[in-house]
Amino acid sequence: MHSRNRPRLSLLAGALATWLTLTAGPVAADDRVFDVVAPFEIGGLDPAISGFIFQRMQITETLLEADAKGQPLPALAERWSLSDDGKQWTLAIRQGVKFHDGSDLTAAVAAHALEAARKKPGMLRDAPITAISATGNEVVITLSKPFKPLAALLAHSSTNILASAAYDADDNVKQIIATGPYHLTLLEPPQRLAAERFEGYWGTKPSIEKTTYLGAGRGETRSLMAESGGAELVFQLDPPSIARLQRNPSVQVLMGPVPRVLVLAANAGNGATAPVEVRQALSLAINREGITAAVLRAPGTGATQMFAGSVPAWHDASLAPLKYDPQAARDLLTGQGWKPGADGILEKDGQRLQLKLLTYSDRPELPLIATALQAQLREVGVDVEVAVTNASAIPAAHNDGTLQLALYGRNYALVPDPLLTLMADFGNGGAEWGPLGWNNPQFDQTLSKLLASDDPAEQQQLRNKLMTLVQNDLPLIPIAWYRQSIAVSKQIEGAAIDPFERTFGLSNMRWRP
Amino acid sequence: MMRLLGFRLLQAVMVAVLIGALTFLLMSLLPGDAAYRIAAGRYGYDMVNSAAAEAVRAELGLDQPVLWRFTAWIGDLLSLDLGNSLVTGRPVLDMVAHELGSSVRLAVGAVLLSFLIGPPIGIFAGLRPGGMLDRGLLLLSTVTRAIPHFVLGVILVLIFSVWLMVLPSAGHGSFTHTILPTLTLALGLAAVSSRVARDATVAVASSAYFAFGRLKGLSGTRVFMRHGLRNIGVPVVTYLGVQLVYLIEGVVVVETLFAWPGIGHGLVHAIVQRDVPMVQGTALAMGLMFVLLNTAVDLLNHLIDPRRRTA
Repeated sequence: MHSRNRPRLSLLAGALATWLTLTAGPVAADDRVFDVVAPFEIGGLDPAISGFIFQRMQITETLLEADAKGQPLPALAERWSLSDDGKQWTLAIRQGVKFHDGSDLTAAVAAHALEAARKKPGMLRDAPITAISATGNEVVITLSKPFKPLAALLAHSSTNILASAAYDADDNVKQIIATGPYHLTLLEPPQRLAAERFEGYWGTKPSIEKTTYLGAGRGETRSLMAESGGAELVFQLDPPSIARLQRNPSVQVLMGPVPRVLVLAANAGNGATAPVEVRQALSLAINREGITAAVLRAPGTGATQMFAGSVPAWHDASLAPLKYDPQAARDLLTGQGWKPGADGILEKDGQRLQLKLLTYSDRPELPLIATALQAQLREVGVDVEVAVTNASAIPAAHNDGTLQLALYGRNYALVPDPLLTLMADFGNGGAEWGPLGWNNPQFDQTLSKLLASDDPAEQQQLRNKLMTLVQNDLPLIPIAWYRQSIAVSKQIEGAAIDPFERTFGLSNMRWRP
Repeated sequence: MMRLLGFRLLQAVMVAVLIGALTFLLMSLLPGDAAYRIAAGRYGYDMVNSAAAEAVRAELGLDQPVLWRFTAWIGDLLSLDLGNSLVTGRPVLDMVAHELGSSVRLAVGAVLLSFLIGPPIGIFAGLRPGGMLDRGLLLLSTVTRAIPHFVLGVILVLIFSVWLMVLPSAGHGSFTHTILPTLTLALGLAAVSSRVARDATVAVASSAYFAFGRLKGLSGTRVFMRHGLRNIGVPVVTYLGVQLVYLIEGVVVVETLFAWPGIGHGLVHAIVQRDVPMVQGTALAMGLMFVLLNTAVDLLNHLIDPRRRTA
């Protein structure tokens, strides 16, 4: 009688077998694969879009590199020199460098890659470049005016050098053919790629042979992967998970300062925050230690000025630190004519001191900090409405002038020299990720002097002056200095945090014997 | 049967047009400047600025009238061209096919697994209503169903990945990676299908035809196989149609938690980045999948229940 069941059972077994076949991909039997997990998704092939992922995975390289202090180092360009008027850069291309497809790196190929990068939104487009050409073994970049930070630009991921065969006729990237110590073996946007050691690499070959990258947006997912041994390196841990991972015997948690600063931008040209006293009052009302200890779980990272001591060139130890003093904040606001209304919110000429704060959730700590700020500012009588939106709402509101307050984490080392980002953000009255409506001619004059200066002592003095101006005017109110955190498997040695977030450091790591 | 398929085909066409029109309309009604959103999606939050946004606007022709862009989309759809993603520039069809494949594997696996778990337990519980198994199952299925996917997924990861260390906690690419996300979805489905199977079993076991089968001399097993299973199967399969909504909603959450490159994950990202062709493509694929699965449920019922064939 059970024979009647057989067809049904075999149907079920068949269905299950189909599912197994459908789901069974290549089984990762080799456990000596170095798996990296980070929050970034692979948006596209172009260096301007996801070049930073290929660069961090050491698949692509740039003409120049940067040392721990952000000073330029030779990479695909062996040497570089500047003409006397500072308008012409000559970079000698390293000989004997092979692309992953076996072709040679030449000056012409490098110049073409830079030309292609210049056509797309990115760092190179903002530089005063008039021409890029190849002469013999050298790439010659001609500028309309001297531009010292070009070396830092040529280390940025948007200027990754790809082979000519990587581009189509319109200079769109159709595949990644680069020169790095790893070559791409699998690319599944938006989340996954795999790479293997490139045996024809020009430099020291790395010890780790195989690696994969996975983009996982949720912090919980990444922490659990670190905890379960599902990944050898997990980038950017969410603060609540750090303590738990530190107790895990098979994982080491590394933390290090990065030049990313959490800032509150206030409209300095219009509205209630236009007077400098109001911005100073907002700054005095913020309990930075409370926020860094409770939300970021990183006590001691509250910003006393724009940059931390880990960015020595831009940190001025003699500057009077930003303080927490709610009573002084109230006094300053009273001095500006703001008087408490019935519900404790300050009023002036029938107007309530009400400000809209824009922030975004790509960095999960921002909405939390925004609500902490809301509570702290309420203590001094400022009513803040928090709007968590898309990151692009901030440049959009900056552009149409409606921005009142914005909270964001700004990376000042988009290129290894913070000067470039500072210049773009703060120069000429400020840009989207910088001050709004802030006009301080002294700042622009000092900046021009700095760009022209060759004397390190004078440069330092000018940088200090710039930071003093920002500290006094507070067009951006620094709140905290970020620390990058990674979790690395204890089977690995040689892991370190790159302060400029340019590499995961694969080539310096080894499997522990 | 032909009438059923014809009706479903008509339904699929209407779903396609409605989804296309609605997503287009809703996406253009959303506040905020699309060029900025797309630029943020492309270049990341550190690099988005008005220069990038203006470049995007010029490249994509976003200043053209909405009606014109919609007509162009319908025209392209008729030639089976879903356009290119505004963010990555790759063909939507390729991206959706890649994502849909991953999601279908997850969803089909979850449905099959839930059939292995839910109905057998439900039937055993239903054969002894009020017994230990029945009462235990009521509690277990209620708790399982009440826990959101996200929490259920994390609990499974904590047990199997962190504590036992036998399965990977997230990612994709190998069979072992599929087990936890599939199980997360399957447990929720099984919680309901076990209850449906249990109630159907109770109803069938107390029915007159079941008693008659015993009366005419069939053994307990035989009467259950012949007259029981088929009748229990109908509500279980029918209810699966209702559960599809739960499945599709679950796919979105589970894919995000397990870093699975599926269509739910793709849809959420496309909406955030204002990638209209991708939103249309993914929503279209999900809508059509819904019609397709409902058709499959109908056909399965057709097969199980001979009474409907004459109707």
